[in-house]
Amino acid sequence: MKKNAYIGLYIVMAILVVLPFVVPNAFYLDLVIRMAINAVIVLGLNLLIGFAGQISLGHAGFLGIGAYASAVLPTHFGWHPVLAMLAGAVVTGLLAGLVARPIFKLKGHYLAMATLGLGIILNIALRNEAQWTGGPDGMPVPTMGLFGFELTSDKQWYWVVALLLSVSVWASLNLIDSPFGRALRALHGSEVASQVVGVDVVRYKVAIFVMSAVFASFMGSVTAHYVGFVTPNLADFFHSIELVTMVVIGGMASVYGSLVGAVLLTALPQALATFEGWETVAFGSILMLCMIFMPKGLVPTLAAKFGKGD
Amino acid sequence: MSMLEVKDLSIHFGGVKAVQNVSFSIDAGIVYAVIGPNGAGKTTLFNLITGVYKPTSGEIKLDGESIGGKSPNELATRGVARTFQNLQICMNMSAIENVMVGAHLRLDRNLIKAALRLPSLKRRDAEMREEAAELMRFVGLDKFVDSRADAMPYGALKRLEIARALAMKPRLIFLDEPAAGLNANETIEVDHLVRKVADSGVTVVLVEHDMKMVMNLSERILVLDYGKKLAEGTGEEVRKNPDVIAAYLGAHE
Repeated sequence: MKKNAYIGLYIVMAILVVLPFVVPNAFYLDLVIRMAINAVIVLGLNLLIGFAGQISLGHAGFLGIGAYASAVLPTHFGWHPVLAMLAGAVVTGLLAGLVARPIFKLKGHYLAMATLGLGIILNIALRNEAQWTGGPDGMPVPTMGLFGFELTSDKQWYWVVALLLSVSVWASLNLIDSPFGRALRALHGSEVASQVVGVDVVRYKVAIFVMSAVFASFMGSVTAHYVGFVTPNLADFFHSIELVTMVVIGGMASVYGSLVGAVLLTALPQALATFEGWETVAFGSILMLCMIFMPKGLVPTLAAKFGKGD
Repeated sequence: MSMLEVKDLSIHFGGVKAVQNVSFSIDAGIVYAVIGPNGAGKTTLFNLITGVYKPTSGEIKLDGESIGGKSPNELATRGVARTFQNLQICMNMSAIENVMVGAHLRLDRNLIKAALRLPSLKRRDAEMREEAAELMRFVGLDKFVDSRADAMPYGALKRLEIARALAMKPRLIFLDEPAAGLNANETIEVDHLVRKVADSGVTVVLVEHDMKMVMNLSERILVLDYGKKLAEGTGEEVRKNPDVIAAYLGAHE
């Protein structure tokens, strides 16, 4: 990892500081907030997929756990939102660990299958347990507040999310360029080589999977409180695929690629809305062209072209 | 007492008996070579001792303690390092990072500390990077200290594997054909390098086809053929052994 990797962080922070003053209206501010939330989720997912080489097809399920913990626990049980958020993260972490441990003892891409199943089961549970979750219609989420201060306006949310994003980029950069991160990348590069130098491969895969799941759960809670309403769509299979697509389009194993992927794929459906009815076709075509001409993803391809490391 | 003791070691893959009842022992501080025709079971033997394969039967003892069936990462904690015949370099990382991964067990692997980039961790990492660069120079990769792994030629990658193994600060190192695919000059350089490694106090176990190198370097030689031990002894003893001559040159029946 080159020293200049952190320059990107300063650029991201500078953009985040300027952005709310140049955004024309509330619609765009909302779009930017959703981009930033997705970016944090995708950063966590990219650590798993891009850096450690393990695929999760059920990350929206973890997002759902966080979101519904923040909705159900305060509404039905009177929990404090912060406590509910932490509870969601803990449950997600335990569940992810429980699923991952036996899976990673097997060789091959069984995680993709297991997470696919897990995501679908979680989604079905959210749809069916209507007395708690409101079923397919979803349910409202109470306001997030701490020490008498309540997060209500989009401007407030923007700064919270911008801070979360900056910290996440910083932490990701740190992690990648550490003994832990090198072990992750090494087990992706050559599993047997990493084993013989002492990397406990199963432990590392479980650790990064749990971490990225907890990331998703936290951001699920944030999304729930920000939007003020949750529906099971947040946790469905298509959302999981969308998150994976963001990782792949932006660039696997690229921190800034995660941001670009999240920003583009959050904005693209909006931008394509003018195609009226053809937007799915346009969306799909763009993704296909990206993968044909830039199989490594946008940021790594462009970085290689202009001779700069990520 | 020998450092490594192998007794009646066997592994079967279905009906194939890749290694059969092989016994030998290695004293600390020597260069020990394993030779034999292709398919004799040399790499399989390495994989058994370094934990990549689990033996079907038999015993492996390191410093008198049984290590048979232990995982590779457990063996790494006991100071056993190895390189691979077919390169196992992490092409998604830079050359120096590959070496730094070798020092995995010597560094603080805490996730939280890493994410927060604590100064103690950062300092240790900078020291490690310097040490890795030093190791790269030790194996003759001065030119490649700032290189990407996927931009390096084959011969350099072979040495990079040795540097990575040395970064573990091992007591026992298994080198699987370090000179395979190298030209005559490169082979001589690797020969010198193995000597340097042995002189630094590491016990070396070597699989190699280059007989000049084997005879030159090793104190003792084990000869395998069809998974069985054919002979064992000093270079001179092995060279004169009629079974060995038969296996290599074909026997007169």
